[in-house]
Amino acid sequence: MSENKKITEIPIGPYHPLQEEPEFFRLKIDGEKVVGIEIEIGYNHRGIEKLSESKSFDQATFLVERICGICSTSHPFAYVNAVEDLAAIRIPERAKYIRTVVGEIERIHSHLLWLGLAGHFIGYNTVWMWCWKYREPLLELCERVFGNRNHYAMMKIGGVRRDISDDQGDLIRKDMGDLVPKLDMLYNAIQDDPVIKARLRIAGTLTKKDARAYCVVGPTARASGIEIDVRKDDPYAAYGLVDWNVVVREEGDVYAKTMVRIDEMKESVKIINQCVDRLKEVKGEIETEIKEIPEGEGIGRHEAPRGEVFHYVRSRGGSVPYRHKVRAPSFMNVFSNEVAVVGGTIPDAALTLAAVDPCYCCTERMQAVDTDSKVYTSRDLIRMCQEKTYELHRKMKGGK
Amino acid sequence: MSRILTRSIWVYHFAAAPCNNCDIEILDALTPKYDAERFGIKLVGSIRHADCMLLTGVVNSKDLPRLMSIYQQAPKPFFVIAVGTCALDLGIFRGSYNVVGPPDKHIPIDAYVPGCPPKPEALLSAVVKLIEKVRNDTSKPGKKKVKGIKKL
Repeated sequence: MSENKKITEIPIGPYHPLQEEPEFFRLKIDGEKVVGIEIEIGYNHRGIEKLSESKSFDQATFLVERICGICSTSHPFAYVNAVEDLAAIRIPERAKYIRTVVGEIERIHSHLLWLGLAGHFIGYNTVWMWCWKYREPLLELCERVFGNRNHYAMMKIGGVRRDISDDQGDLIRKDMGDLVPKLDMLYNAIQDDPVIKARLRIAGTLTKKDARAYCVVGPTARASGIEIDVRKDDPYAAYGLVDWNVVVREEGDVYAKTMVRIDEMKESVKIINQCVDRLKEVKGEIETEIKEIPEGEGIGRHEAPRGEVFHYVRSRGGSVPYRHKVRAPSFMNVFSNEVAVVGGTIPDAALTLAAVDPCYCCTERMQAVDTDSKVYTSRDLIRMCQEKTYELHRKMKGGK
Repeated sequence: MSRILTRSIWVYHFAAAPCNNCDIEILDALTPKYDAERFGIKLVGSIRHADCMLLTGVVNSKDLPRLMSIYQQAPKPFFVIAVGTCALDLGIFRGSYNVVGPPDKHIPIDAYVPGCPPKPEALLSAVVKLIEKVRNDTSKPGKKKVKGIKKL
């Protein structure tokens, strides 16, 4: 009891100047030191899984795209993988390369976005402005090649919606060439700047053991020394056909997470360049025609910028999914903050909370209701139903 | 009174269950390419300092009480810009069980920016149009009616 008296609670959110999205943290602090954290989400829940059951298989591609605006190709990518697994569809080789290009361009702009926000969180708004300035040509490239700055709608069950012409391929290569020196500059700037380094080194260390215990995925896991990447472990699209490396670092602090992301961007540039070269040789169809989706179930995975996205689709025949389950990477990563934040100071907490690149739009797929594990039998449910009906009758009579 | 506000509009950003895309485009409008701050448009952290609110996303049942309480804290006169297709007519999320929007059912909206997501140019143009609208508005500033939260 006497120990509890010393603990102060600081609420962060749900609408906080530092946060992009609505989410709520309750920091428990003892002096300057954080001793505990509670995370409450649900401000972004839109019922997408249920909504998906009312859309046709093709429409659901557009719906899952709008789960999250930053990883707006990752969800459709995993979803089409799931449906193709369900219906045993093989996609043309050209479509595989195009899918890979879209996925990797998205990874680069997402990581640049995160890097900018990380700069913003440590009070270096220059980093924010510069990163977003370098991100802008990529968004323009997306608009020219895929038709929109975000939400490209390139994925389609059985292939892709739009082709990448040779001219557009040259455009992509040129932009990637322009990007590499900028990435090098950012890499060196962060590596050489003693202030940034000192700030990032002390914040939010997630040990390998904790990372395993919390089942973290993506760059968060790779920065803690766990070599996990769906693109390498279970190659899909063209990831098995090109040459690239998984970036792993051992330290587990925010500095390692930053460096993993910068190195990953360079790997992405490598992948994109190889794919664009191959697109000039591999010609042909960009989609397979789908007649119908049979009964069955399928899973699809994609390594989103934040980690592994998992989609499960079940079909009972017909045109709509019977069940569609989404598991986003932030769902695993956000809760690793429970250990990463504890032990640090309050200013570090904001940075650490952002360091896993949380995406609450992706995460909020369901609402868990904890009712102290009470089991309702059918008799209980009938009784509750009768009580409610009785209550309604009473209200209606009272209203008259 | 409201004309004075048009010289340098400070905006507050409220995310009511969006997909993040409009929010990122709002931030994009502040970065060097578009640089909204040269027009005096500034993003502020509290609605008490703001003249205008950028509202993104469909409003869900958990956000609605917060939206209403934040709107009531706003200094009046106050403008609201609904950003993105979701904030206009719910877009693809129409019919979801948790969505209680669109926002104009609950608070008055002064300008709409369609698009999924709208480009930063569209956002700047919306602010400019709003400024023009306010400057040309000769009618006396009346008190806007705000509907209370419907009891569920």
